[in-house]
Parts: sequence; C-alpha cells; structure tokens
Amino acid sequence: MSDFISRGFRGHRRESGDPSRVPPGQYVTSDFPVLSAGPTPHTRLEEWTFSIGEGDGRRTWTWDEFQALPSETVTVDIHCVTRWSKLDTVWEGVSVDTLLAEAGEDDAHPYLLAYCDGGYTTNVPLEDVTGGKAWVAFGYDGEPLEPEHGGPARLLVPHLYFWKSAKWVRGLALRDEDEPGFWESNGYHIYGDPWLEQRYAGD
Amino acid sequence: MARAAVRGRLSWQIATVEAVADETPRVRTLVLDVPDWAGHRAGQHLDVRLTAEDGYRAERSYSIGSPPGEPVAITVERLDDGEVSPYLTEELRTGDALELRGPIGGYFVWGPEDGGPLLLVAGGSGVVPLMAMLRHRHAAGIDVPARLLYSSRTLEDVIYRAELDALDAEVVYTLTREQPPGWTGYARRVDAELLAEVAWPAEQDPRVFVCGPTPFVETVAGTLVELGYPPQRVKTERFGATGGR
Repeated sequence: MSDFISRGFRGHRRESGDPSRVPPGQYVTSDFPVLSAGPTPHTRLEEWTFSIGEGDGRRTWTWDEFQALPSETVTVDIHCVTRWSKLDTVWEGVSVDTLLAEAGEDDAHPYLLAYCDGGYTTNVPLEDVTGGKAWVAFGYDGEPLEPEHGGPARLLVPHLYFWKSAKWVRGLALRDEDEPGFWESNGYHIYGDPWLEQRYAGD
Repeated sequence: MARAAVRGRLSWQIATVEAVADETPRVRTLVLDVPDWAGHRAGQHLDVRLTAEDGYRAERSYSIGSPPGEPVAITVERLDDGEVSPYLTEELRTGDALELRGPIGGYFVWGPEDGGPLLLVAGGSGVVPLMAMLRHRHAAGIDVPARLLYSSRTLEDVIYRAELDALDAEVVYTLTREQPPGWTGYARRVDAELLAEVAWPAEQDPRVFVCGPTPFVETVAGTLVELGYPPQRVKTERFGATGGR
C-alpha cells in the first residue's frame, strides 16, 4: 500500500453503514443509480422469452411460463464498480438453480455467458450462480422491475460487481471456457469480486 | 464489438498538477503531468484516489477531456454535497500531487477509424469525454462531419465555450433554465422534436455518443432509437446524482 497523502484532504466520512458489508473503495447510497452502455430496450412481455442452453438442448420459457416457476424474495447488498453500494435491496426472481434444474442441466459446463436485449453479455463461472447465489429477477422492492434498471428481468449475482447482474437478460449460454462478455472485453475484470476490488483487467 | 487488447494491471501512480483553469463558476480543468502514462483514446476516463492523513480514502472516476497525444486533463464539476469534486475544484493547486490510474474504458471511445458522421449529445459536464473526441478530430485534421448538441442550464454553465465556438464542428446549444437577452438558440430540455431537428438522418449511419445525467441520457438515447438509429450505434455514459463523478 502506498504511503501517499493527498495534501489538504480530510473527506466527509459519510455514513457508510456496517463496514463489514461495504467492500473497499465503495460508498453507500440510498439512490439507485443507472449505468448502461446504450439505449434502454423495451421488449414487450408477449415477445419476451428466457432460455438456458443453445441448440437441441435449449430450454425456453415464455413470460407466463417463467412467472409460473417457483420464485423467491431475497434481500441482498449490491456493489457497482462505479463505487456505489446499496444495502438491503429486495428482489423477486427465480433462482438460477431452479432454472438449471428445470432445463435438465448438470455441472457439465463450468461457465455461463448471459446474453441480453441490446447485445450486452457477461460471463460468470457456473459455481458463482449455483447454490442459492444468483437469480433472474423480475421484481424490485415489491414492484415490477423498471426497464432502466433491467426490466422485465435481469440477472442478479449480488456477490460480484453489479455489471455481472446483466440487465434485460434473455438467456444463459453454457460454456466450457470462460468467454469474456461486454465489459470484460472492454477493460474490466474477468471475474469482478468487489471484496478484492477486481475492477479492471489485471486487478 | 471490438475486443480491447489484453494488458497488465493498471497501477496507481502519482501525477502532478501542471495547471488549473476555471471553465465556469462550478467547473475546473486540471492539467496533469503523469510520468508513466501509456496514452489514452478519446472518451476514456481515469480513477482518482484521495488519501487523508489517517489513511481514509475516497475514489472517483473522471472523464479525460484532452485528446490523445496531449497532456492528460480532467474537467471536474463541483458537487456541493460531493466528497472528491470539492477537493479537486477548490483545494488542489498547481504543483500538488494527485494519485490516479488509467486510462479506463474501451467502449465509449471514438477514433478516426470509427468514421462518422459524428453526433455528440451532452448534458452539463457530460461534454467532457465528447470534447476529447472533438479535439482529437480537430487536432488530427479528420474530415468527418461532427455535430454537438449541448444542453446546459445557463450560458454561464457552458464548459469550453470559447474553444467550442472556434472548432470546425457544428455546435448547437440549448439553455434549459435561463437564456441571455437576444438568445436565438434552443431554450428547452432536449425532446423528440429538438432531436429530430438537430440529429443527422439515420440513413447517414451516424456514430452517436451521449453523456450526461441519467434522465437526460434515457430521453436522448430512447428518442434516437425512435428516430430510426440502430441501438448499437448509440453509445451512452451516464452519471447519477450521488456524486459518482
């Protein structure tokens, strides 16, 4: 760690909540800032589908079928690479465990690539989205998820930086290799653990 | 989508403030001497890290306003409830040291090879990364038509005004809160009608960069798609009201 001191800087020491819940370099916000690389897509629910896998083994749900799956309400902390963290956010969604089981997938493919309306992709190891660690969320704070926050549905992987929680998600492709997604191909970290401050490639 | 070259870790380093320039009453440009700077592309940003004597730290990202090949300069708007921007705009002076790392970001960037025409849409201090693109285009003598639509609250809030007026690009201003006497430019928030008048026709396949506060970017990007712009041609960068910048 460098011993550099910024002359004249004292800082606000804003209330950061429980330090054990706020990763290094983050501050707590009560807002819900928006970050996206392009326009917000507006996919009609009649046209929305969600898929696991590709080709012959592909399993696809319509919106109504997806809503009929067992869902969960979870309360989690989220951490954006732009340095805001938001504590105790409440989401409703279907766990990725449920989706993989419904699709008849086991652990044959160690990586996933989530793909989305608008062309966004992000990669995650399978073990980071199984065992109750990830959801496809369609509700936020008791309401349908707003389009600018990723509605109708977004991936929710709260233990990684929030760009991994892909907005407007439409499916999970199964991969044998870890294939970089959108931000991961544009200078950001391949894995994105906020507790290790894995913001950029090489961190 | 272009793949960025694989590279090593972005290390923190100590830069020196070479010059400061007030752009508006709330906005200051810092020209930085960064000894180990690998060069940047127009549209990229860098991270600043401030450390207090007791070790307390705060980090933020700032867009680079200077073009490739010139000294690194960031332009910072002071947020009254901010933690880092008041320090950068009020405390820091020429000769001070500043810890930073960068450049960062491989998507919201433009270079001559990307072509045009170029449509840049700025809300407030969102003009900074777009200015790097205009300066790059100008300095390199790139023959790509460029048009900047720039929304500010008042004329006094317009950043880089003299330089923008001297550039060989079309600059269209809209002043949303207050207009000087005799103002003939737009005088309202950017809406569909205004964009339809200012934006290149979609058939010309413009490259679009939109930067500003989230509601501004949502409106502009959504309207451009309605005007027939392919969504993948509309690149956006947003900042919230939390002092994230």
